[in-house]
Amino acid sequence: MWKKVDIFMKINSLGYSIKQGLQNIVRNKFFSLASIATMIVCVLLFGTFYAIIVNFDHMVKNAEEGVAITVFFEKDLSDEQITMIGDQIRSKEEVADVVYVSAEEAWETYKNQYFAEDPSLADGFKEDNPLADSANYQVYMKDVEKQQQLVDELRATEGVRKVNSNQVAADTLSDFNRLLSYVTVGLIILLLAVAVFLIGNTINVGITVRREEIGIMKLIGATDMFVKAPFVFEGVIIGLAGAIIPLILLYVLYSQVVRFVMEKFQLLTGIISFLPAGEVFRVLVPVSICIGVGIGLIGGLFTTHKHLKV
Amino acid sequence: MIQLENVSKEYTPGNPAVTGIDLHIEKGEFVFIIGNSGAGKTTLFKLLLKELDPTSGTIRVAGRDLSQLKRRDIPAYRRNIGVVFQDFRLLKDRNVYENIAFAQRVVETPYRRIRREVPQILSTVGLAEKYLSKPGELSGGEQQRVAIARALVNKPDILMADEPTGNLDPQNAWEIMKLLEQANEDGTTIVVVTHNREIVDAMKKRVITLENGVVVSDVEEGGYIYED
Repeated sequence: MWKKVDIFMKINSLGYSIKQGLQNIVRNKFFSLASIATMIVCVLLFGTFYAIIVNFDHMVKNAEEGVAITVFFEKDLSDEQITMIGDQIRSKEEVADVVYVSAEEAWETYKNQYFAEDPSLADGFKEDNPLADSANYQVYMKDVEKQQQLVDELRATEGVRKVNSNQVAADTLSDFNRLLSYVTVGLIILLLAVAVFLIGNTINVGITVRREEIGIMKLIGATDMFVKAPFVFEGVIIGLAGAIIPLILLYVLYSQVVRFVMEKFQLLTGIISFLPAGEVFRVLVPVSICIGVGIGLIGGLFTTHKHLKV
Repeated sequence: MIQLENVSKEYTPGNPAVTGIDLHIEKGEFVFIIGNSGAGKTTLFKLLLKELDPTSGTIRVAGRDLSQLKRRDIPAYRRNIGVVFQDFRLLKDRNVYENIAFAQRVVETPYRRIRREVPQILSTVGLAEKYLSKPGELSGGEQQRVAIARALVNKPDILMADEPTGNLDPQNAWEIMKLLEQANEDGTTIVVVTHNREIVDAMKKRVITLENGVVVSDVEEGGYIYED
């Protein structure tokens, strides 16, 4: 007499549950729309901050490349010793690039910078390079946060006379980047919590409206999963809609903003460089959809667990 | 089929709803459970459906001890019991066909079987032509027939009815009882909780009488012993 209950729902039950989930959304239009709207705001903010952060990060990386450490050598250091120091610096993980600048090159650069308008003024130094001791390594870093550590290490290296660095620029860039990340993460967590709560509330309204039906289902012999599935799907559908709509909006907005800024502020093109939309959305789309579906799933499972003692 | 041994249920300590119930219902029997309000009929009904667990004693259905049933086993157990209520408990927003199909969907019956079996059971209860009607468009008797069709469509071994004629006029009440009798003849064990003296007296079935949570009489081909 004991009829077997399959643990896994059959395909037609899955279709039935999805249909019921959609019906729940339509039945509770107001609450569903409120949840979708919250989700949209959430993903929109997440996407906006993400786009800002990755672009800022991209620009900082560009700027970091311009922040170099200059390493000068002790007088009378042989070429072999200089090469050895160069290899030593290159072998460090945080170092992106090391460029050797000879005393002659240093003087050329200096001349171009300061005597560009009247090169004849520099002619007096023709035979006597005032920067004779200025042969150096320009060290470019992968991550400016580790600059101070590297500077300290270099200062302690034998044969190194002096190390110049722009610590303030490095610190400001990395501090600002970190602050922006913290604020964003905090804001997103807060919004996601609100979204879970709202989706949960919407599903709860559906459960209340269908309490009698659920009671009948339980008495007839519905499994827990069968009773809960429509509500979980409801959450997932809301989450998915709440992720796809803002993604489309963000895509259009991002392309427009980038075009607008590049057109209106052509002077800044040297300083500001935006990532192409494809690169930003390659990460943003899967992450946002995962967030949407995840939030819907969490909201659905949490609410059915709490309110459906089946 | 159904066996209760010294079953007691207390909702709060010292306030027993049923006390020391011993019952044995054979496969294929038709049993009335009668008693005044508060006699413990509904508690007994809920204990048999495993909506409630007894405070003490053992309930066995088809040889299995209900107290040993895990939560995940309860749906499988309930699929063998059809349930009918006084207030029908139909889904008002769905038509007759969908109400019955709903019971099959819940137990994950393939669509093809649903399409075949729902019309069959509807003609058994005499509602083949009303399959598109909503419950609100049907009389009380018709709604109860839909409820019986829903209870029987999954071919349960036991059908339990709680005051199935409570909201019906005598003629409709008799039609419902005839349907239950027919199901019983087809092999379903029927347990009916009722107040309907006329029906109990006329049908000459086994009658179990509860009073203050205790079985006070259990008579084959019995009658209604209370004065209303």
